[in-house]
Parts: sequence; C-alpha cells; structure tokens
Amino acid sequence: MRMTALARILLLITSLLAAYQIAIGIDGLGTLPIIAYTLTFGILLVAGLLLIILGLDVLDSPIVVIASTVIPLSLSLGLVWEHCSAYRIPYLIFVIIGFLAVLTTRLLPLRSKLPVMVVAIVHGIAGLTIFVLPILLSITGQARPAFSLVGVGGALIGVAGLLLALLKAGRPLLSRETILKVLPGLLLLMTSAFVAGFALG
Amino acid sequence: MNAAFAKLRLYWPLTKSLQTALLLSTGLAGYMSARCPVLHWYDLLGLGLSLFMAIAGSTILNMWYDRDIDSVMNRTHHRPLADGRVSPNDALRLGLVLSALGVGSAGLMDPLYGLIVLAGLFFDVVVYTLWLKRRTCWSILWGGISGGMPILAGRAFGLGTVDGIGVLLALAVLFWIPTHILTFSMRYQDDYSAAGIPTFPSTYGLPVTRAAIAVSSVVAALCISAAGVLIGVEWGFVRLLAVLSAGLLLMAIASTFRPSERVNFGLFKYASVYMLSAMILLSI
Repeated sequence: MRMTALARILLLITSLLAAYQIAIGIDGLGTLPIIAYTLTFGILLVAGLLLIILGLDVLDSPIVVIASTVIPLSLSLGLVWEHCSAYRIPYLIFVIIGFLAVLTTRLLPLRSKLPVMVVAIVHGIAGLTIFVLPILLSITGQARPAFSLVGVGGALIGVAGLLLALLKAGRPLLSRETILKVLPGLLLLMTSAFVAGFALG
Repeated sequence: MNAAFAKLRLYWPLTKSLQTALLLSTGLAGYMSARCPVLHWYDLLGLGLSLFMAIAGSTILNMWYDRDIDSVMNRTHHRPLADGRVSPNDALRLGLVLSALGVGSAGLMDPLYGLIVLAGLFFDVVVYTLWLKRRTCWSILWGGISGGMPILAGRAFGLGTVDGIGVLLALAVLFWIPTHILTFSMRYQDDYSAAGIPTFPSTYGLPVTRAAIAVSSVVAALCISAAGVLIGVEWGFVRLLAVLSAGLLLMAIASTFRPSERVNFGLFKYASVYMLSAMILLSI
C-alpha cells in the first residue's frame, strides 16, 4: 500500500517527538525507568523511521508483534518502578516472563491458540497498567492532572494494538486499508499524549 | 537572469547535491563538536564555503572522469555529462576551479585544515577515481578515507590540531561508507557489471557483501557512540545516538539474514538518515 505524504509527515513528527522524549524528556529519572522509557520511545522512533523508509507493508513482518509487545511492557515497567515501589520486583518478573513467553510462542511453530492468548494476556495487563495507573495517580493527587494524558496514550496504544492484533489473527475490526490509513495518525496521537503527559504531569 | 538559472540547473547535478550536503554536514559537525558552545559565524561560514567548494569540485572531477561509465549505466546515463548536455571541458574547468578555490581558501584559513582538505581531495580524485575504481572493489576503502576527511578537517579547524576524537569520527564515516556504497552496488549490480566496474557483490558475492555491511555498520555505530561519549555530548543525546545505532544494526542484521531488495535499499536510506542525525547530535 502506497504511503501518502500526510502519513509520512505524521510519522516524521511521531519520530521527532519520540527522539525528544529520549534525549530530554526522561532526564533525571532513575536508571531502570530511563532504560525502560528509552526502549519504549526508541522503538517508536525507529518504527516511525522504518515505516517512512520501507512503507506500511513492513507491518507484515513477524518482528512487529515482538516490538509492539516491548512498547507497553517497558512503558508500564517504567511507570510501576517510578510510582509503585512495592510492586517493582513482581512487575519486573512479570515483564521478563511475559516478554519471554511472547518471544517463545512466536518463534515456535505452534498451531494452537496459545500464541494469541499469551499476547492478549501480556498486552492486556501492560495496557491496563498504562491506562489506569497515570489516571489513578492524577485523581489521588500523587501526580499533576496532566499526567493522566499518559493514560490516554495507553488507551490509544491499546486501540492500535487491538486493531493490528485482530488484523494479524485474520479477524479484522476494520479493513486492512482503513487500519493502515489511520495508523500514522494514531501513532502520533499516542506519542503526543505520552510526551505531553510526562512533560506536564 | 533566466540564462543564469538555466545554467545553474544544468550544472547543479554535477555536484551530487545530497551527497555533498551530507559530507558538508559531517565537516560542520566536526567543527562544532570542537567549538560548541563558542562558535564564530565567520569561521563557520568560511568552513562551509571552502568545504562545499572542495567537495563539489572533487565530485565534478569524479563525474568528468567517469562520464564513459555513467553513459552505459541505466541509473546514470541521464546525467548532464553522460548525455552530452554539458561539455567535458566545461565540467573539467569548473571542477578544477572549485577544487582550487576550496583547497586554497581552506589553506588560507588554517594551513592544517587546508592540508586535510587537500588530502581528502587527493584520496578521492587521484587514488579512488583515477587509480583504483576501475581496478579493484577495495577502492571503496580509499573512497571511505576521503569521505572521512571533511569531519577530520572540521574538527582540526576548530581545535587547531588533529586529536584522537577527530580520528575516531573519521573512522566512523569510513566504516559508514561501506553501508552506504555496498547497498547501492547491490541494488545496481547489473549496471556496474555492464560498465566493467569491480564491486564487492561481483567479486565476493552477495552473502559476503551483506556480512561486510553488517560488520561495518557495527564498527561505524561503535565509533560514533564512542566519539559522542568522549566529546562529552549530553547523556540524553548519547541515549538517542544509541537508539539510532540500534536501528542501523537491526537493518544490517535484517539485510544479512532476511535479504530482500526492499530491506537492502531501506538500509541504504536509513544509513543516510543515521549519519545526518548523528552529525546533528554531535553538533548540539
């Protein structure tokens, strides 16, 4: 599918926002959150550039599922590590096991529904964490109201992940063309919400 | 006025503007890596003009000498010299004048800087183009060395001496160039064969070429990252550099183990974006 000039511009802005977040937006945090957020925004940055260079068909690559798993896992890990110190180690263990489970079930030639189930569980928990935690922190006054924008970004990443996952599973909610058409805009909105949430929250 | 614009439009492609701009950006980044945050606009302007003239001049001389090759290659047969829109003597004169002005002004600004610019021109025109390009695929090594000269020259101009970081930056460009050139020679392998130019793919085969690209990408990324740390670039920018380097490695690995025309040319494009981004980051 040929990419429009608008889609390229949206992806370029997404990449620049992600680059800004890596270079400036996460300064002053602890070591693990910095690594986690660098992974999150690093994947968004490189994915944006590769989509511009290689086109939207690159989404057919099997590595997309793994890369799109790392984004919510690493972002949620950073959030939990920063704001829920009591759950740091259990969540870190979940992230490592979840990632290995997705990786293994993707690499092994399994014919059951296990790979889809594993992705759904891992994405579901990480996505809910990104969506709920910032909003909860904002409501309880532990963070500024604008931090809830990170939760909005979490909701958007959930929508994008769901659309792509169902498309890959052969049960698309929208047609492939429609999904690929809205994806650059969705990625930009999501990244903008994350960056704004971290900056203003 | 219109005639002047028409002439400029005719001669401009001889400079390979994108390639010249990329090399110029490395020279400016080399200077800024040494002088930031204290920059003098007149030095920066002089550096930019002298480097532009030297790089554009040597590129025109390359194109003048290689016009016979260009005329038999599909990709290049429409170039102004290859299709006869520009006469060889005019191109030669322009190339020589620009080269002399570039090296001359560089030498007047600073003798060491001028010497490095002259070395770059010599390696590119004499060693790479006139001597080795039609004889061995290893000519790209010398093309790479000449490609590393602008950044070394820029840093030497800023510091007044050649230091280890400058050499490291030149090495980064040297090892980046195979990623750039070899992916290109893979894409246009038939063209190069038709012109009788030895390339890595035609001499050693595609798997070895892909492995060479992957290894040189790793070394280039390591050199740039090490230079960034040694220059004292802010940690945030080092993180960004590491992410962009990871993307380069990812593309190189994909090109090695899951080769395709699209991935190969994607690597070529990403390598250009990577180098430009790295130069911007080293300059901030």
